[in-house]
Amino acid sequence: MRKLPIAMGNVLGLANPEGGLKRLAAGNIELWANLLILSWAVAFVLWKGQGFAVTIGTVFCIWAILAVSLNLVVGYTGLLSVAHIGFFGIGAYTVAILTSDAAYEQLRTEAIPTFGLPFFAALPVGVALGGLAAIAVGVVFNRFRDDIFVLVSFGFAIIAFNVFLNWRTLTRGAFGIHEIAKPQIGNWVFDGELEFLALVAFFLLLVVLVCWFIVTTSFGRVLTAIREDEQATEVFGYQVTHYKLAVWVLSAMMAALAGGFFASWTTFIDPNSFILLESMLLVSIVIMGGLATIWGSLLGAMAFVLLEEGMRFIPFLPTEYVGQARQVVLGVLLVLLMLFRPQGLVGRYRL
Amino acid sequence: MSAETHSTGQSFAIETDGVTKLFDAVRAVDELSIAIPREGMTSVIGPNGSGKSTLINLLSGILPLDGGMVIIDGVGLRVVHAHETPDHGITRTFQDVRLFDQISVWDNIMVVLTERSLLGALIERVRPHYRTRARDILEAVGMWDKRDALAMNLSYGQRKLLEIGRAMAMDMQTYLFDEPFAGLFPQMLESVKDIMKGMRDEGRTILFISHNMDIVREMADHLIVLDSGKLLVEGEVEEVLARPEVIDAYLGV
Repeated sequence: MRKLPIAMGNVLGLANPEGGLKRLAAGNIELWANLLILSWAVAFVLWKGQGFAVTIGTVFCIWAILAVSLNLVVGYTGLLSVAHIGFFGIGAYTVAILTSDAAYEQLRTEAIPTFGLPFFAALPVGVALGGLAAIAVGVVFNRFRDDIFVLVSFGFAIIAFNVFLNWRTLTRGAFGIHEIAKPQIGNWVFDGELEFLALVAFFLLLVVLVCWFIVTTSFGRVLTAIREDEQATEVFGYQVTHYKLAVWVLSAMMAALAGGFFASWTTFIDPNSFILLESMLLVSIVIMGGLATIWGSLLGAMAFVLLEEGMRFIPFLPTEYVGQARQVVLGVLLVLLMLFRPQGLVGRYRL
Repeated sequence: MSAETHSTGQSFAIETDGVTKLFDAVRAVDELSIAIPREGMTSVIGPNGSGKSTLINLLSGILPLDGGMVIIDGVGLRVVHAHETPDHGITRTFQDVRLFDQISVWDNIMVVLTERSLLGALIERVRPHYRTRARDILEAVGMWDKRDALAMNLSYGQRKLLEIGRAMAMDMQTYLFDEPFAGLFPQMLESVKDIMKGMRDEGRTILFISHNMDIVREMADHLIVLDSGKLLVEGEVEEVLARPEVIDAYLGV
């Protein structure tokens, strides 16, 4: 009997292959985390009705694509990156600019170039540009590891934000870009909320399948070895830099994909959606859910979205403080997790 | 698992020609020229800081050379790339056992068996012959029952054995063992000795570092004594150990 691949093994906390009290308790935390978050989600949907469920469902899908793809880099390869929001932004801005509407832009004093491409033509360009940007920075980032890697990835996130903010002839800076196109196949426009959700959910499924395939191949096992000991992995004949660059680029392309959907969903983007804080929240989701499991990232994204929306209904909390309060709660949760459960809710790797 | 044997008349697996390594001003390895015979076991001894581990790190590409040349199978290399050492038929273990801690014992072995090329690895799933091989290796080092445990949860002796198992899985001509016997209980010590003797009998080249003179006498055919990064003396074990300068510098008897 072989055990299941790392990504699939025991994520639901139902199996206890080794027995023992400690193991049982650990398994139970996973089980409870799953039950709590999933039942919370179901209860929420039942309570708030379909319209609301569709909205948070879409937000969840976008965060989940980001979290699952970031987990490849942070959880499997052990590179703690806060640069992901930059690639997300590249995808979003590419789709926004390429689909911008000429008729609308003529009304603006500070016009940006118009291309008038349909969404599904702009999206692959965004993904490709995200990948190219990742190759460019990845070649440099490959020289760094551990704390220094965090710092340089931080640098990239700052640079990306400043480009979005200051390259005004292309992004219109702080005024942002409006009228971003909805996805369209033939005459069928995904302008309904439910249709859009179905589309993003489909792409989330694709991303999950791709990531699952990656982590269950020999490539995925080599990533975990690089995470544990890069030099030793090299001595056993692997060109570690190529592996790190490959996973970095794949991950960035998925982030850019999420960015494209985000831009189209909100129909308006400005640089504030791509600030470093968002990247921090994303890293928190990945760590909270669990490093080096795909399910953990899905669970983390779900918990995050539920937390955000759930806190709007705390009676004595004024709505203008919900955003900040959410960050406080998330911060406290992270500290507690690092203290008592450093691998996250269902994780397979401790930082 | 038979080692490939080259019958080109080459009697040395690895030679070094004036190899030098500087740590700031310290000459950790100082214009060292040695030859490691293809047949039998070679032991490297010397006081702490004499450059034994640095030598293995240089031969395996972990540290870049600051001068000189490594000659493998008659080909001189001024730069040794770590990821190319298996192409030269070389693998190693580490003094501070370096396993892949947070993955399973099973995956620690599998990772050295699978496809090296990036694109190959991206599409490769576990193959039956890898499983057979991993099982053979784990049974040989007595770790089959522990295959699902994380490497970090093993005892020190088990970690040492697993690291040797991982090197065995590489199936190379030349093995560089950095203190394979340090800190082992007698029973495990015997296992490691048996594994190494088995490798020697298969015609593989073994270089090991040890501080234990009894083991060196028992195991080694050839002895290299280093002192302050320089070669003090090399030759047959008993002959070398009887030399007055070795007794003065190292054994201190």
